[in-house]
Amino acid sequence: MQTEIKTITIKIGGEAGFGIKVAGATLGKVFSRLGYDVFDYTEYPSLIRGGHNTFEITIGEKVSHHVRPVNLLVALNQQTFNDHLRELSDDAGVIFDPVKVTPNSKNLRQFGVPFTQITKEVGGSDLMKNTVALGAVLAVLGGNVEGLLDLIRSTFAKKSESIIGSNINAARGGYDFIKNNYKEPFAYQISLKPARDHLYLTGNEAVGLGAIAAGCGLYVAYPMTPSSSLLEFMVKAGSKSSVVVRQPEDEISALNLAIGGGFAGVRAMVGTSGGGFSLMVEALGLAGITETPVVIFEGQRPGPATGLPTWSEQGDLRFLLHAAQGEFPRMIIAPGDVEECFYHTAEAFNFAEKYQMPVFILSDKNLAEGGRTVSTFDQKKIKIERGEIATDEQIASAGKYLRYKITDSGISSRAFPGTIGGEHDANSDEHDEAGYSTEDAHMRTQQMDKRLRKLDAALKEVPEPVLYGPANASLTLVSWGSTKGPILQAIEEMKGMSVNFLHFIYVWPFPTPKTKEILLKAKKLMVVENNATGQFDSLIKEKVGRVPEVRCLKYDGRPFWPHEIIKEVRQVLENK
Amino acid sequence: MPYHPELTNPLKVEDFNTGVFPTWCPGCGDFGIWAALKNALVKLNLPPHKVVLVFGIGCSGNFNNFVKAYVFHGLHGRALPVGAGVKLANHELDVIVIGGDGDGYAEGLNHFIQTIRSNVNLTYIVHDNHVYSLTTGQASPTSPTGFKSKTTPTGAFEYPFNPLAMAVSAGGSFIARGFAGDIPHLADLIVAGVRHKGFSFIDVMQPCPTFNPELSYDWYRKRIYKLETEGYAPDNRFKAWEKAQEPISEKIALGVFYQEERPTLEDYYSLPQRKPQAQRSLDKIDINPLFEPYK
Repeated sequence: MQTEIKTITIKIGGEAGFGIKVAGATLGKVFSRLGYDVFDYTEYPSLIRGGHNTFEITIGEKVSHHVRPVNLLVALNQQTFNDHLRELSDDAGVIFDPVKVTPNSKNLRQFGVPFTQITKEVGGSDLMKNTVALGAVLAVLGGNVEGLLDLIRSTFAKKSESIIGSNINAARGGYDFIKNNYKEPFAYQISLKPARDHLYLTGNEAVGLGAIAAGCGLYVAYPMTPSSSLLEFMVKAGSKSSVVVRQPEDEISALNLAIGGGFAGVRAMVGTSGGGFSLMVEALGLAGITETPVVIFEGQRPGPATGLPTWSEQGDLRFLLHAAQGEFPRMIIAPGDVEECFYHTAEAFNFAEKYQMPVFILSDKNLAEGGRTVSTFDQKKIKIERGEIATDEQIASAGKYLRYKITDSGISSRAFPGTIGGEHDANSDEHDEAGYSTEDAHMRTQQMDKRLRKLDAALKEVPEPVLYGPANASLTLVSWGSTKGPILQAIEEMKGMSVNFLHFIYVWPFPTPKTKEILLKAKKLMVVENNATGQFDSLIKEKVGRVPEVRCLKYDGRPFWPHEIIKEVRQVLENK
Repeated sequence: MPYHPELTNPLKVEDFNTGVFPTWCPGCGDFGIWAALKNALVKLNLPPHKVVLVFGIGCSGNFNNFVKAYVFHGLHGRALPVGAGVKLANHELDVIVIGGDGDGYAEGLNHFIQTIRSNVNLTYIVHDNHVYSLTTGQASPTSPTGFKSKTTPTGAFEYPFNPLAMAVSAGGSFIARGFAGDIPHLADLIVAGVRHKGFSFIDVMQPCPTFNPELSYDWYRKRIYKLETEGYAPDNRFKAWEKAQEPISEKIALGVFYQEERPTLEDYYSLPQRKPQAQRSLDKIDINPLFEPYK
């Protein structure tokens, strides 16, 4: 290889139910421990057995997103080879079991490894073929096998000696087979990196950690891809951290439970996907009018209805923005990567409590379930701000308490049940300052204005979008949420071209005066979104008064690949 | 505990008034339930700041304006999950959820069944007037077959829903029936329900003189009898179910149909052993041990 290798992408494919995901994540962790940046991506159908599963990881010095083409394919069955041949680079290699797979392509570097035979020899089950394959991958890439063996020992620490032993022999068997039979080094070789203080985890795990760090005391969710892994994380980690985690009968109940918790003074959160959020819509308005804080995690997947259950899309922005009857404030935070999932989930609780409104964490399958390496989170950066809370003493000295007092900021203090003198009516009917139902025209207008003023106040505190690349460029890419990864990866590869990138985490309220100025001044705008109708693009038109020149949209369930964005940018810049 | 300056000592019914006078029709059974609830709170010696009342939507929901407490007026059919959420956030509060038959047995039926199963320690009082009243007179799940209303001009077709039998089947741990026309008896049932450790359910026969005038106070009085006066022991799920099958057009039993003690949802989360979630200090959370699996 003459050119410097920046990234290596490895793909493992096989039948659903055969542990592809676990194998892939194990490999990712080995590389993470070797000091590599890792970004993984999994594709699987909505079924348990018999479908086709793949797991891809891109590794490198610095990786913002997984990259195609694939450089090394592990084909556990013939379908993997047939389906993904076109995704491979010209110099790619394929690892396969010759009794199962016939790689009918002469250009590839072929590494036949008798998975079945080695598995039999070590006395392992069929699933152990994955372990053989992982050993082979490390040998092909010129790494050593010790990291994998350590990981096997710790992963299976609670299992019997014989299970640990046969897994170790399986990994070593795959590794040694390559070493003994393929002497010529493969085009892609890994090198030893200095050890780094980092974590390898998914967006959902980061959201969960952020919630726990923020003091979430009640997490309620009904299972739905891609939010179920967050529920499972909260059950596992939350129980060690005093979080009550409840799986109720449906999403309607979930949000109402969380609202009850928020009313009683706990930091409460729900998690779902678009379909489940459809059921929560009614209660969203309830949080709005009763001014009850709640954090809502929504992991998007392609709709409508059941759509593509295990794939990714950014199709719910407008839905969240307008969900529920009537007009009331809400906030939408769309983290762009795993790190932002952690810090901004924690921040969401502050915004929810300070402004007493529902706050969304808007993610998608790509971000929710994709694992990547990040610098170890710094809990000290998380500040807990609970907003205005009335105490016994404050109420006693004021002589009275009005839950929905009309104020300049729109914010009126909350009193939690148990507080003496703070009794009030958190009322879903329009209400007066004490909370009692009213249909008075003047009070209605005052309460509406009070609630909506909170959004103006929040806007003053909303972090600005981040501009990546040169300050001035011929083309400014604009995106929100998880499209950050592929765009940053593309920008990295487009160094020298006149392109920069404006990324939004805080999507609503929108825009700040500064953002408006940036968007109006940019020479040419290209909005990049994983949806069919350009939902953020239309928000720019509506709120900024500028029509972005180019839209780059993708809605086939797959995330953008960096090379697709590069191609689009080239076209725009060359046709100016 | 600091003294609540606005309250009398001992508590009186007036301590629970809000100054907003009920908007119910003259003769509405809701007045009886209102009085029984306030009497029960006095008997329980529960000051308003320690009580959380969660309401659904309907004539029963309009109750939210008429009792001083920490009140949450939620959505049609959705009061129970809000109540359960309050309880999980602060298990030291006494939570009473109040709804109607349309609210709880139509729109909210699933929440009713699932909340019974959870055995969360709260009390659920249903104003059962066998009709939708706030929407001015349509058949409800407990309307008798043949009930004529604006939406059932030829008479209701469906089999009437049996809330007590449903509660028995779903694993209810306290199942009772009261009557809005017998305030002391209903107040005692509410007291027993609040004291019960677990989910307590009280279905209240409530006359609606405006939209269901046939089922008047007299109509009910001719049919009601009290379980406790005939030696009924509420300790057998099969007998409770059998008792719940008596058609209300013939006989209406009042009192506790079934009661048992078993672990509550709060027990499952070990909440009684610690400070309420809502009072947990958030300064000392350390998430660093949680990073281990990701290193």
